[in-house]
Amino acid sequence: MSSFFKIMIVLLAALTFHTIRSQEGMVQIKGGTYIPLYGVDSTAVTIADLSMDVYPVTNADYLEFVREFPEWQKNKVIRLFADGNYLVDWEGDLSYGKMLAAEGPVTSVSWFAAKNYCECQGKRLPTIDEWEYAAMADETTADARKKESYNQSILDWYEAPKSLKKKVGSTFKNYWGVYDLHGLVWEWTMDFNAVLISGESRKDVDKDSNLFCGSAAVGASDLMNYAAFMRYAFRGSMKANYAVKNLGFRCAMDVPQI
Amino acid sequence: MKTYQFSILKSTRLLFAIVIFITFLSCKNNKKEESKFTSSMEIPATVEMIATLTSPPNVPPPTGKRKAKKLIVDMEILEQEGEMTNGVKYVYWTFGGTVPGSFIRTKVGDEVEFHLKNHPDNKLPHNIDLHAVTGPGGGAESSFVAPGHEKVFSFKVLNPGLYVYHCATTPVGMHIANGMYGLILVEPEEGLPDVDKEYYIMQGDFYTKGNNGDRGLQPFDMQKAVDEKADYVVFNGKVGALTGDNAITANVGETVRLYVGNGGPNLVSSFHVIGEIFDRVHIEGGSSINENVQTTLIPAGGATIVEFKVEVPGTFILVDHSIFRAFNKGALGMLKVQGDENEAVYSGELRDDIYLPEGGGIQKMPSSDALPESEIPAKSMAERMEFGKQTYMQTCFACHQAEGQGIPNAFPPLAKSDYLNADVNRAIDIILHGKTGEITVNGEKYNSIMTAQTLSDDEVANVLTYVYNSWGNDKKEVVPSMVKAVRNSN
Repeated sequence: MSSFFKIMIVLLAALTFHTIRSQEGMVQIKGGTYIPLYGVDSTAVTIADLSMDVYPVTNADYLEFVREFPEWQKNKVIRLFADGNYLVDWEGDLSYGKMLAAEGPVTSVSWFAAKNYCECQGKRLPTIDEWEYAAMADETTADARKKESYNQSILDWYEAPKSLKKKVGSTFKNYWGVYDLHGLVWEWTMDFNAVLISGESRKDVDKDSNLFCGSAAVGASDLMNYAAFMRYAFRGSMKANYAVKNLGFRCAMDVPQI
Repeated sequence: MKTYQFSILKSTRLLFAIVIFITFLSCKNNKKEESKFTSSMEIPATVEMIATLTSPPNVPPPTGKRKAKKLIVDMEILEQEGEMTNGVKYVYWTFGGTVPGSFIRTKVGDEVEFHLKNHPDNKLPHNIDLHAVTGPGGGAESSFVAPGHEKVFSFKVLNPGLYVYHCATTPVGMHIANGMYGLILVEPEEGLPDVDKEYYIMQGDFYTKGNNGDRGLQPFDMQKAVDEKADYVVFNGKVGALTGDNAITANVGETVRLYVGNGGPNLVSSFHVIGEIFDRVHIEGGSSINENVQTTLIPAGGATIVEFKVEVPGTFILVDHSIFRAFNKGALGMLKVQGDENEAVYSGELRDDIYLPEGGGIQKMPSSDALPESEIPAKSMAERMEFGKQTYMQTCFACHQAEGQGIPNAFPPLAKSDYLNADVNRAIDIILHGKTGEITVNGEKYNSIMTAQTLSDDEVANVLTYVYNSWGNDKKEVVPSMVKAVRNSN
């Protein structure tokens, strides 16, 4: 029974994988302008319409990917592109093993790997601004950042250990129809380290100290900034070849202009 | 042949060392001991040594007369669930698996090579800001470490004293509020004077979504933290970390040194030991020493060293003398001192005379008519026992003790108690309204006061059921309606 299910899931995943090169499994997010949370003199950011994966990439998805592209298998990957923790919990090159679920989010993948995965499907990683824009939404509103309960629940997740064992789709479906932006795993973004290195949006603040004592203390007394600061702090601690247990990804795509 | 040469060499060396030692001693006798170095920066540290780290309330062995070394400190960051008090769980972020984090003991001139490891299961990046570090961010910038990674940085400790370390990753307040702080001691070149007992205590305030005592896993409440409305103020990370079996101990005549820090994040500690006077206080953990101090202030993100000789036996209570924190939020610890009584220092009670300037009326403790019901009523006997135990540990334990044994001559026993078993309504009445005056329990006379307890009907029923079904009592179940009946009869 259970092995039958597993086969079905793998088959389904395989099918999905081969047909996905279009926009299947994605939803459209209507662009807009919003003010990101970082910095003291934040400028508004405008997002164009985009498509985003409904779910984070799963172990089953990723298994298909490494079958097709052996250079991304656990033991074949080049260290420059993925550190020693790459797919650390996988059993082998072509098996994620019994401890991980097919439908669980794939984690312990580097930025290089995530980026390549998306590119191989004609997609790309979302930018920080796009990701944050999509993640402002709760179940019913496009921008829920002012809701206290919404921010508290995000903070709760940041605190709760071991949520990565859950399956994709186990958290809520947001306003855009996207699942799991909060409450499952962290996600890679295309320009994950841009906030640390650009510095341009915070001219007055010495960039070194921005994500330590200084910035959170100056401008952020409310919950919504705290939640966002934690994401920026997390991203800031990353390097492109890091593979981290609580970090997965999903892909995005531009919507062709008509 | 080879060995022979070697041993000659060795004994020559030994002789040489002895001569040097004697010269050194004679020097020492002539002059007051003085550092050869004009600045701590000049102290060489060549030999490598792995630092001993200890979890609270323990302290690593003194550095004594050892020279400055290259000290390797290995610290692991763990995000893990723990217990704040009976029945209340909390996810702590820790340096070394404990709150406060492991104690680091160094000596002026040591070059510390710090290895900060962020466990792969952790969700968040962390770093460490050590107040003992001279340099930007106190190490924070060089130690910012992602989950599953290790950062290494080094620093030389230049100023003797007791210093706080803490996580300084944004949002800083939240990382500290979840327990990411500890102490690092920098001993002076000659070491600190010898004492008999040393302990490590750190105060912290905690902010939970539920109120103090609400059961279950309690998430951190950011709004309460911003408002500085703490639900728990505790020593060493949880209620009861230093009471009962966890109390720190000493023997009569010993000198005790406490390294006391305050992690905050918000509150300042008025540290006091009931029944003791600090002989010496290293003010704010620095070099200035104050003597004969009753209460010493420890700022958030600061520390102090207090020393005192214990002259008489007994239990000495450690508190934050902002006293509601001690008795209602958990900032209470115990130092148990064993040994012979010294009646010249402390006589104990000599007489109990009647003094009634305003007549014989008993002062009634204020009680509110509108008591909140316990939020979750017990559904079964097992739950009643479980909740009852929680209430017991929060409310009754301090006097009647863990096994209901009470304290001779002061607080009557609840274990195998004839007085308790004789009349259940009387027991309910005592909890609701208090009791004063002489009673006889198991043949012993007690003359003391128990104040009325502010508990809901459910809580009274639970705690009495727990007491009646423990320690050889006669297994009655008390239900809320019985409590209500007694409450209404007055």
